[in-house]
Amino acid sequence: MTSMSARKGYEGVAVAVPVTVPYVRYSTRGAMWFLGQAIQALINQSGIAKSEIDGLTVSSFSLSPDTAVGVTQHLGLSPRWLDHLPNGGASGVMALRRAARAVQAGDANVVACVAADTNHVDSFRLMLGAFSGFARDATYPYGSGGPNAIFAFITANYMRRYGATREDFGRICVDQRRNALAYPSRVFKKALTLDEYLNARPIAEPIHLFDCVMPCAGAEAFLVMSEQRARDLGLRYATLRGAIERHNAFAQDPIMVRGGWQVDLPELYAMAQTQPADIDFVQTYDDYPVIVMMQFEDLGFCAKGEGPAFVRAHRMAFDGDFPNNTSGGQLSSGQAGAAGGFIGMTEAIRQLTDAAPGRAVQDAQLGLVSGFGMVTYDRCLCTGAVILGRPG
Amino acid sequence: MTMPLMKPKRKNPILRTPQMNLPPWGRSRVALGLTVAATQGRFELQVCEDCATVQYPPREACSACVSSRLKWRAQSGGGELLAMTTLHHSNDLFFRERLPWRLGLVRLDAGPTLMTHLHGDVTQAGERVEVGARLDRAGRAVVIAFPATETPHMSDDKMLREMTSDPKLRKILVTDAMTGVGQALVRALVKAGADIVWAGHAEPWKRHGSGLDDITALPQVSLVPLDLTNARSVTELAGEIGGKVDIVINNAEVHRTFGISARRGTDAARAEMDVNYFGALRLAQEFGPALRGRAADGATHATAWVNLLSIYALANFPPHGTYSASKAAAHSLAQCQRAEMRAAGIRVINVFPGPIDDAWNQNLPPPKLTPEALASAVIKALHDGVEDVYPGDVAQEWLERWRENPNVLERELAAGG
Repeated sequence: MTSMSARKGYEGVAVAVPVTVPYVRYSTRGAMWFLGQAIQALINQSGIAKSEIDGLTVSSFSLSPDTAVGVTQHLGLSPRWLDHLPNGGASGVMALRRAARAVQAGDANVVACVAADTNHVDSFRLMLGAFSGFARDATYPYGSGGPNAIFAFITANYMRRYGATREDFGRICVDQRRNALAYPSRVFKKALTLDEYLNARPIAEPIHLFDCVMPCAGAEAFLVMSEQRARDLGLRYATLRGAIERHNAFAQDPIMVRGGWQVDLPELYAMAQTQPADIDFVQTYDDYPVIVMMQFEDLGFCAKGEGPAFVRAHRMAFDGDFPNNTSGGQLSSGQAGAAGGFIGMTEAIRQLTDAAPGRAVQDAQLGLVSGFGMVTYDRCLCTGAVILGRPG
Repeated sequence: MTMPLMKPKRKNPILRTPQMNLPPWGRSRVALGLTVAATQGRFELQVCEDCATVQYPPREACSACVSSRLKWRAQSGGGELLAMTTLHHSNDLFFRERLPWRLGLVRLDAGPTLMTHLHGDVTQAGERVEVGARLDRAGRAVVIAFPATETPHMSDDKMLREMTSDPKLRKILVTDAMTGVGQALVRALVKAGADIVWAGHAEPWKRHGSGLDDITALPQVSLVPLDLTNARSVTELAGEIGGKVDIVINNAEVHRTFGISARRGTDAARAEMDVNYFGALRLAQEFGPALRGRAADGATHATAWVNLLSIYALANFPPHGTYSASKAAAHSLAQCQRAEMRAAGIRVINVFPGPIDDAWNQNLPPPKLTPEALASAVIKALHDGVEDVYPGDVAQEWLERWRENPNVLERELAAGG
């Protein structure tokens, strides 16, 4: 990598008003309906007039043929700053970073960051074949397994190389399910035992049923503004301590064993003036548990290859010594398309504003939210992470 | 280890014949380069002319130096299997009906990582593999990881049988068994393990000394009356065996050695067109629907249609001018047929031989293609699942000249060679 100049900090930025439009397995509504529900909830919960929202980011896969600007006309918004970020699991981190800079620079006062997708009965299948040019040419004609097949390769390779077992991945899923039981919007309602995890039917070996997320419809959203404005409005908020993103890192690795977080990680912790040991909870991107384990490594909580030992040594439920995905993550709450890239962000804001009843991480001061998105061919391209804290 | 393919049980006539659902056929225009090479049995990837980086998936610009000068080049295919998986779920009907389905991720020695279908004899992550391209049931190229060294009954692999048209255990119609080429085809098909070979003969009274007795002595072979110039004859045979034929090989042709001025009238040209063009059309209309309806009918489903064309279909050979014209017409028809049959999962194989060593090419100098060499080129095409075959030295040379510049070839031929 080329030498990088240190970026400016993210001082003075508040992240507030976490919104979740409840997930449903299938919906006959369009993506615009879910976006509207999310914006309405932002307005109602913040007390801000619609006209005061002068910045907007939109993340969605099912909005076609519209893009973010179509949302402004549909919902009657007139922002002076707009971004369209359909980047899957990295959407939340990318939206927050951009919104924070807009607020710092004065390009916008109040930015609504919204992610929403609908899910019709056959829309997941239709999306897979047209997800990317490389998917159409070089993965979908091979069994049409979608990301299950790609992550089966990545999981199998990780198991072979680092000695991870299915039980190790099961620990992650089981602890997340325990967290989900206190999260109202989850699609999986019941507890999950390790036995149930291990005995689930195979989907794409070694991926089994509970390694996969449930595609569904829903939305997530939050507001970004200055700390001053948040205080003036009387809103509870978290502050942004540091943020990184990186795309198409380690392209020469023949198969994915690490993510782009590694490249910028020292800068993330330096910006936040903290270290992994001081993070009170993490919200990892969890489309498959192998990626959660990889994030534990690549975000600095253990060395590469120590993921399996790390999950054996820690309890990852909200009341454990290493709380991870305290709302149950996508593995328990479902994947509402691009909103899957926001679920960790809204949950982190809730944890830091005492709005996570029944699953609160005790005395949580600092949380890390990680994003991971867009399998256009054989690996995930977008990675990013933010550290959020309580206002100082 | 691949289990040898056994003859399937007789099908239950009460059950509905399974219908064909094609695998995903959408590809970008640039990705069709992989398919074009595979139609001729080659595995090619794009290579950057500026920095020599081998590219995959196919793209518009080099991933290393961003040059747009990417050229399709033959690849050795050697590589390492990084990981594999077995799908028990698929979002596509073709695969859903064929689960479980095995896939691999291969790092080619040449650089890129490829997602591949996996031959059954590739079993361990970390093992050496040989990657090749094949046409799938939608007629689009896919890459397959094969074991690095040949294994017993390799071509009986269930996945590979879907990608090829192996004659083994199949029921095959050869339209004209009166010629040397026809008889060579019948013998080669029997040797390749065909279950039944129907050998067509248009004029049964001409049997004596024609060589038909030799091939009908083979237990797999039965003679059937078939005259491609007679619509009723084609219809009757289709009514009798159409529902059973897995492969049609149309080798019937009339070949006269005239241009325009060496003979008055159009009788000879008409006779050529009546068999070479209209005969092919009659046959395609009568047998095409039957094949299309059986494209997913078990392990020995209907699979391919072979047209015996001529290298003269590409450019007119003036001493055999009307024959060339009839083969050009047949070639054009075969393109239409390929488009129609592709949608049903049936492969159309076009064979473009140079001069065959028979009576009508007696005056042409060698090299000439023996009927046996032509027959084995057809068997190989079925076995490897390729779509375009140019057997023999003359065909190969013409093809190269035609690809380089068809206008130059036309002038050369006009000047006598």
